[in-house]
Amino acid sequence: MSILTLRVNGRSQDVDVDPATPLLYVLSDDLDLRGPKFGCGLGQCGACTVLLNGQATRSCLTPVSSVAQAKAEIITLEGLGSSGAPHPLQQAFIAEQAAQCGFCLSGVILTAKAFLDQNPRATDEQIQQALSGVLCRCFANVRMLAAIRRYVREARA
Amino acid sequence: MTPVLSPDALSALDRAGFSRRDFLKSSGALVVAFASAAVVDRYGTLLAQGINGTGSTQLDSWIAIGGDGTVTAYTGKCDFGQGLYTAQLQLVAEELAVPMSRVRLIQCDTSVTPDQGTTSGQQSHPANFNRTNLALAAATAREALVGLASRRLGVAASDLVARDGLVVSTVDPSRAVPYAELVGARRFDLQLDARATRKHPREWTVLGTSVPRVDMRDMVTGRFEFVHNVKVPGMLHGRVVRPPDIGATIAGVDEGSVRDLPGIVKVVVKGNFVGVVCEKPWQAVQAAERLAVNWTRGTPLASQSDLYRALRSQPARDTLLVDSGDVDAKLAAASTVLRSTYHHPYQMHGSIGTSCAVADVQADRATIWSATQSVYPTRNTSATLLGLRPENIRVIYTRGAGCYGINGADTVSYDAALLSQAVGRPVRVQLSRQDEMAWENYGNAFAIDQRVGLDQGGNIAVWDYEAWSAARGGRPGYNTPGNVVTGFLAGFNPAPFSPRTPAPAPNTPLNNGSNTAPSYIRGLVRNTSNGAGVVVSERVLSHRVLSPFFTGPLRAPERLQNTFAHECFMDEVAAHVKADPVEYRLRHLNHARLSGAIRAAAARANWQRRPSPRPDRRPSGTVSGRGIACVCYEGDNGYVAMVADVDVNQDTGLIHVTRLVVAQDSGPMSNPDGLRNQIEGGALQGMSRALGEEVTWDDRKVTSVDWRSYHTLPLGFAAPTVEIVLIDQPDVEACGSGETSITVVAAAIGNAVFDATGVRLREVPFTAERVLRAISESSKSEVRRAK
Repeated sequence: MSILTLRVNGRSQDVDVDPATPLLYVLSDDLDLRGPKFGCGLGQCGACTVLLNGQATRSCLTPVSSVAQAKAEIITLEGLGSSGAPHPLQQAFIAEQAAQCGFCLSGVILTAKAFLDQNPRATDEQIQQALSGVLCRCFANVRMLAAIRRYVREARA
Repeated sequence: MTPVLSPDALSALDRAGFSRRDFLKSSGALVVAFASAAVVDRYGTLLAQGINGTGSTQLDSWIAIGGDGTVTAYTGKCDFGQGLYTAQLQLVAEELAVPMSRVRLIQCDTSVTPDQGTTSGQQSHPANFNRTNLALAAATAREALVGLASRRLGVAASDLVARDGLVVSTVDPSRAVPYAELVGARRFDLQLDARATRKHPREWTVLGTSVPRVDMRDMVTGRFEFVHNVKVPGMLHGRVVRPPDIGATIAGVDEGSVRDLPGIVKVVVKGNFVGVVCEKPWQAVQAAERLAVNWTRGTPLASQSDLYRALRSQPARDTLLVDSGDVDAKLAAASTVLRSTYHHPYQMHGSIGTSCAVADVQADRATIWSATQSVYPTRNTSATLLGLRPENIRVIYTRGAGCYGINGADTVSYDAALLSQAVGRPVRVQLSRQDEMAWENYGNAFAIDQRVGLDQGGNIAVWDYEAWSAARGGRPGYNTPGNVVTGFLAGFNPAPFSPRTPAPAPNTPLNNGSNTAPSYIRGLVRNTSNGAGVVVSERVLSHRVLSPFFTGPLRAPERLQNTFAHECFMDEVAAHVKADPVEYRLRHLNHARLSGAIRAAAARANWQRRPSPRPDRRPSGTVSGRGIACVCYEGDNGYVAMVADVDVNQDTGLIHVTRLVVAQDSGPMSNPDGLRNQIEGGALQGMSRALGEEVTWDDRKVTSVDWRSYHTLPLGFAAPTVEIVLIDQPDVEACGSGETSITVVAAAIGNAVFDATGVRLREVPFTAERVLRAISESSKSEVRRAK
């Protein structure tokens, strides 16, 4: 075990953990965050996605020590916006009622967020391509893509 | 506001050993007046419950009015992502004439909610939104409040109306009394009144509207509490070690292999159940990987390539649902007999999050936080597993990842309970992806033979269905923990399998709950016709054999497999007689609502009347086609028709579904947008199952254990447009809607592929390889015919 300092959702947090622990377990168990979720532990589904310095990253495969060493800025789904003041992308998901069980949303929203930050002019096809590694087993696809398009539209307006 | 528990509720909680303060904190309940504890005491484990449990006839089990007029409702039907929580809030707000913000809903907690069995089989809407259970309770409560106000105000009940939490005189609106003054923080002490009048859908102002889901904001901002987020003081983390092969048993466990690992608390072995408990979750993952277990070799599995032949050559339990007695003679006499065989593989629920539960088992009582669809059955089977009394176990439903039937939620609840019992502290268990996928209760594999005989006019004169399917275990119900893997490993057997041949003659009117019978037969048994069609010579014979894998309800269980075979075969018959597939279906139906759904879907899809395949098809390159399929879900629980448009690349074998048009009649709609969400998700999930999903295995074990080996469509696939026609039926009973669209997708796509290519797909999933093989075989047979 060793004490590591993480920058999570704008705050510095010290954790006493095995440095090899995947970031996901530290966020969920040590820091009680609910956004990132264990889906597969294999980097295949996206449910554990967080933003590391703005990049969508699978926290189930990322050792916590590497994040601490890099002093990376970690943003989780709850760090993107609050219930009272959701991020406009989250607001678009609310407007489109774009979920069923909601378990996959970290992967969907944060992957789209990171991609659109870097590709604000992306086409529908490119957005879809960017989400090709994200799974939603309720298949709320129609609404999720509509929500992302709504966000893009409103951001450009 | 002061929380108040009724004396019954307090004593029940005390008997069960729960702290009142903990309960109030967790539920936020104001008034809890319920009869479920009494039901438990009276019946114990002896209840013989159906899928909808015993419910309760006591109004106080369902509805309580707080001292401040807040309405608390208790339901035994849970929200696992389908939007049922919001819809039930709407229902109670509507019937009781209060704003939704003044309604609290407590779902599926065995210490306070009525036993409504299992939330499944698209039964929640019919169970709670018609004239029973929660809806009837709310209507009864409203009428009771009006009656109390009548006495209080000295005004005739007919001159009073319930409005915005008050009972008001329609003659003199200044005369009004709040609910809280009538019964606030007190019991109604009434039975549900079967004559209580429900508001007609045309009067609804809250129910029937697209109220946004109350949980959506917390979900998209990462605040929603899933069972995965439940934390209990002193909680440890467990991990299970499943056998490497089907049928493997323990020869030895070397606890020393993990003794030096940090955080290790205990290695737990019970029968063939093995698990580890650690201080931290990552420690548990590592300990489970490291633990040296010596397993015996399992039972060799029959080759997957031989699955459908093997289904037909095992001892079977035969069931005859319908038999007009003249099928063989009619087939012999028919001018033309057509036959086809359809194959559907095992498929899995494959929840996006692996299953998780938290259990706190103490010497004589337990609390389990579980995403089970069945809190009372889980309470009873956990009692059996743990050796405790059911009334001393509290199961609290807490949502997991979408389950689509019995995923790992029940089995992981047992895992957590066994590990917690072994260490005497609360334990959280979340399964690994591999353990989730290798051991869940899969949807059944089916081989289905269809035969029809045609009359001179090209109409179907006789329909003969015969199917072989494999099953083992299933939902544990109230007393069979061995129906899922953990219970089995811990020493309990699955429900016994007893072969029976031949099947006894059918002696009860047709219950088409599994859509075993096609829509087009009359379904005549004991002078009752429960079929939706006109074919009078009819036989429906099923053979159930033992599966090497656990099986259980997977969204549209059996209905989907059967409907795939019925609706593709109907299309084959229509094509043979060169009839338009829509017209040919309508010609064989005697069911206004199903025919209405077919017509609505065809109209929206701009269906062109002509036979399939399309006359202008090309032998190579990408071609387009359209197909239709329909079903009376479970015989009488929702009516749906779907038109699929597809492009088929005949060089690669890839199917691209471009549009799905769905027309659905589910009776009165509680929340139209929620209904659309269910239809859309079902349609695309059905597409994924039709195009890619298949459980695979080798000679020892399941090999589809992650998202590389089990092929689901990702979010990025080119999704079709989904167009939905909601058929408004305010004057009939509410039906279900969660499993309708998924049931018809495979058939609609298969029929569209035939329309485009002239090639019939008879085995799910329609992988590119299978499509190419079917095209190649079809061109060979065309060559043979040409010779």
